[in-house]
Amino acid sequence: MSQVFIVLQSNEETRAIVEAIEQDNPRAKVTRQPAMVRIDAPEHLVIRRTTVEEKTGGAFDLQSLHINLVTLGGHVSEDEDELSLSWNH
Amino acid sequence: MQIDLRTVTIEPQRHAYDHLEQRFGAKPASRYQEASYDIQAVENLHYRPTWDPEQQLYDPDLSRVRMRDWYAIKDPRQFYYSSYTLTRARQQDTAEANFAFVESRGLSALMPGELTAQVLALLMPLRHAAWGANQNNTLICGYGFGTTFTQPCMFQAMDQLGIAQYLSRLGLLLGDPESLGAGKRAWMVDATWQPLRHYTEDTMALRDPVEVFVAQNLVLDGLLYPLVYEHLVDDVLSARGASCVAMLTQFMSEWGSETRKWIDAVTKTLAAESADNRAALCDWIDRWLPRAALAVLPIVAIVLGDQAQSAVEDQMTDFAGRLGKAGVTR
Amino acid sequence: MDMKVQKAKLGLKEKYRLMTRDLGWTPSYQPHEKLYPYAAYEGIVIHDWDKWEDPFRLTMDAYWKYQAEKDRKFYAIIDAHAQNNGHLNITDARYLSALKIFLQAISPGEYCAHKGFARAGREFPGVGTQVACQMQSIDELRHAQTQIHALSSYNRYYDGFHAFIQMRDRMWYNSVPRSFFDDAMTGGPFEFMVAIGFSFEYVLTNLLFVPFMSGAAYNGDMATVTFGFSAQSDEARHMTLGLECIKFILEQDPANLPIVQRWLDKWFWRGLRLLSLVGTMMDYMLPKRVMSWAEAWEIYAEDNGSALFKDLARYGIRPPKGWKDAAKARDHISHQFMLAFYQWSFGTAFHGWIPSEADLDWLSSKYPETFDRHYRPRWDYFKKLADAGTQFRNVGLAKLCQCCQMPCVFTEPDDPTLLCHRERVIDGHRYHFCSDHCREIVEHEPEKYVQAWMPMNQLFQGTSGGGGIENWMRWVNLVDGKDNGDFVGSRDQRNFAAWRGMATSNNGT
Ligand SMILES: [Fe+2]
Ligand SMILES: [Fe+2]
Ligand SMILES: [Zn+2]
Repeated sequence: MSQVFIVLQSNEETRAIVEAIEQDNPRAKVTRQPAMVRIDAPEHLVIRRTTVEEKTGGAFDLQSLHINLVTLGGHVSEDEDELSLSWNH
Repeated sequence: MQIDLRTVTIEPQRHAYDHLEQRFGAKPASRYQEASYDIQAVENLHYRPTWDPEQQLYDPDLSRVRMRDWYAIKDPRQFYYSSYTLTRARQQDTAEANFAFVESRGLSALMPGELTAQVLALLMPLRHAAWGANQNNTLICGYGFGTTFTQPCMFQAMDQLGIAQYLSRLGLLLGDPESLGAGKRAWMVDATWQPLRHYTEDTMALRDPVEVFVAQNLVLDGLLYPLVYEHLVDDVLSARGASCVAMLTQFMSEWGSETRKWIDAVTKTLAAESADNRAALCDWIDRWLPRAALAVLPIVAIVLGDQAQSAVEDQMTDFAGRLGKAGVTR
Repeated sequence: MDMKVQKAKLGLKEKYRLMTRDLGWTPSYQPHEKLYPYAAYEGIVIHDWDKWEDPFRLTMDAYWKYQAEKDRKFYAIIDAHAQNNGHLNITDARYLSALKIFLQAISPGEYCAHKGFARAGREFPGVGTQVACQMQSIDELRHAQTQIHALSSYNRYYDGFHAFIQMRDRMWYNSVPRSFFDDAMTGGPFEFMVAIGFSFEYVLTNLLFVPFMSGAAYNGDMATVTFGFSAQSDEARHMTLGLECIKFILEQDPANLPIVQRWLDKWFWRGLRLLSLVGTMMDYMLPKRVMSWAEAWEIYAEDNGSALFKDLARYGIRPPKGWKDAAKARDHISHQFMLAFYQWSFGTAFHGWIPSEADLDWLSSKYPETFDRHYRPRWDYFKKLADAGTQFRNVGLAKLCQCCQMPCVFTEPDDPTLLCHRERVIDGHRYHFCSDHCREIVEHEPEKYVQAWMPMNQLFQGTSGGGGIENWMRWVNLVDGKDNGDFVGSRDQRNFAAWRGMATSNNGT
């Protein structure tokens, strides 16, 4: 079983995104390092637009994730509503 | 312990990187200078390209034009990545607002059907012409020599992709996916568009980066943009009731006049270098200008009919004026 | 009455197709090969370029918008950094050596990536791939430029930054990254894509821009962490595209498998050698450390890499040949390389030093299997010499590996007490290699690698400035006594201490 991961800059904008990821991915593990937050999950991880919007109370465009994205591991699949990471094995 | 570092006044050891002090003197360098000068490797290249062992990895001899120092070329807009991107992001805000304005008020649906058809017939095939321009500018950036010459070409390539995408959005707003399909069929088979497609494919077969620059940016776009966007869309079609289309192509009109300043500055520097360079530029213009004029004529005729000939001739006169100012004479 | 005609909403995928792939056409006035002359010679077979899927589907409007936002943030931070003497916030001036290596060795590589992707963005016959390459091309230009801008204020106050342009082409250790990029760029478009997408983006930048940059933040360097993370946000996109491209090639035709496998073997090893620079920066040049090189390698290369290779196994791909040897080298390379740098510090445009006792203890704890046995005794020995006023200097010219251009300072995979050295005679000339893998790479394309510009040989032949160390220093723009040598007693050390003193006491103004 492989881990997927995403690393975000840690700042005010990503706080809600990290919370949303934690809520939608109960198996995700959040690690805070200087200036960044790393989130690992077994096999699969999803970021849902609507969950982030619940947290911020405003509209959230998934493509704006690029602004604070540091790196990721796993295959990316993205549409208007969610971005997911997974491995195919 | 909180330290207030701002209160410390310390003397810098030097003003700028060595290569910039050598070029511009011992003073702080601008961000454009730091970002652009000498940042391409020039010596001790390790291997010959396996794709063409005759060439060097960075090879000024790919062009017939010669420069003692390719960094004599300068972008008057002083675009480096950030200043470029911020400028385009601001223009994109305007474009977005314009699209939203036209869409929310249903302005495009108020245009007579014939007019809409004419607009689509004119603009949809140009998506592909813009893609051709993207290809050509990408080539200049890839194989041209010296960053002050090549980086604006990458920006130009991305702009042309952006233009192709604005045109696609325009087509979807005024028509539907089938409007784009019809435009592509016209580009492929209609007699109106064949001289332009032929021209585009022939320029895509060129490998001299400066010749590509002349054939695409100076010559073809020097006729196409002022004629299509400034004359046909902004004046003629607007007067016939398609002013909302001019809102949707505002980016192209502004961009056309902005980029002409850069294209002219590059041409002027190339020409000023030597008589040989001027001869090369003139040869290329002789080769491409008549073909470009023939290629745009049937396109202009979509809107102007019989009067297309004189509109193209007027544009040719303007263009000759540009060349004169840039010093391109034998 | 509402005049608007309700239109069927286009899906994101279909819309993106119209915005990219649909723009291209099949030429009829020129033969296809004339427009795409380099698409076939590598032997890669592509049946349907339209099968290429871009996972991020960025159109130019979104690109401009989000990149502008990133850049506004970035320049606000480095403006403030420059205005407020932000350089005095770093934990220790030793740290500057890492930044000097970065500017000399890595930033020029960003520019190569820019140029190479412009070429690939023209040479691939598929629009989707071209667009992805073109965006990557301007992104890489961004990285080169933001790095030069961020480090510009360091250059005004410290040595070793000023001549990165000349040193890119002439400095011996910079021929390691230069030959890496020249190698990729002189390969065809497919090899370039695999080389950079996999080796540089997936393996290297992840290690360089994530744990190292987090370390930069930990050491008070806001300018560097800002350009690092800001660049890496683009690199994450590039990585994904690189992998997408590898999968695409493999899916297109079974004949592509052996070619791709060979490239993965080659570029994994090329990348690993280049990474020993980063390993050295992480273990030795960060005064405060977040994690060791070995830990970073484990997380970002081993774990992430084995997940990737498990994934690629369904195409018949196996992990790169050098994979096991890389794991064996993990606990050695940073020490071997720093020891080498220390001995040759008269010829480097950054400072070397003997780690403090506390640093040595930290290294012992992070490398329990190797450090005390093999490396700590050597540092102790160097320290004894230095204390006696007879600093160890290695003025002999090292043999450079004909492939990776590293001095042959690495040991046998299974015997850390034995230097690894391989040779091969090609056309009557003897060539040296640091490892079996480097030798194999050269043996596959000898006609390419015999052309390499080898800085040590050139120095020996007097072609680098006219013979002799002084002429060589002038030729590389190395200022003797300022840019080079030991950190202890250097101008950077003195100035940093004095300026910090001004800031922390009352007589600063
Ligand atoms: Fe980069
Ligand atoms: Fe990249
Ligand atoms: Zn080697």
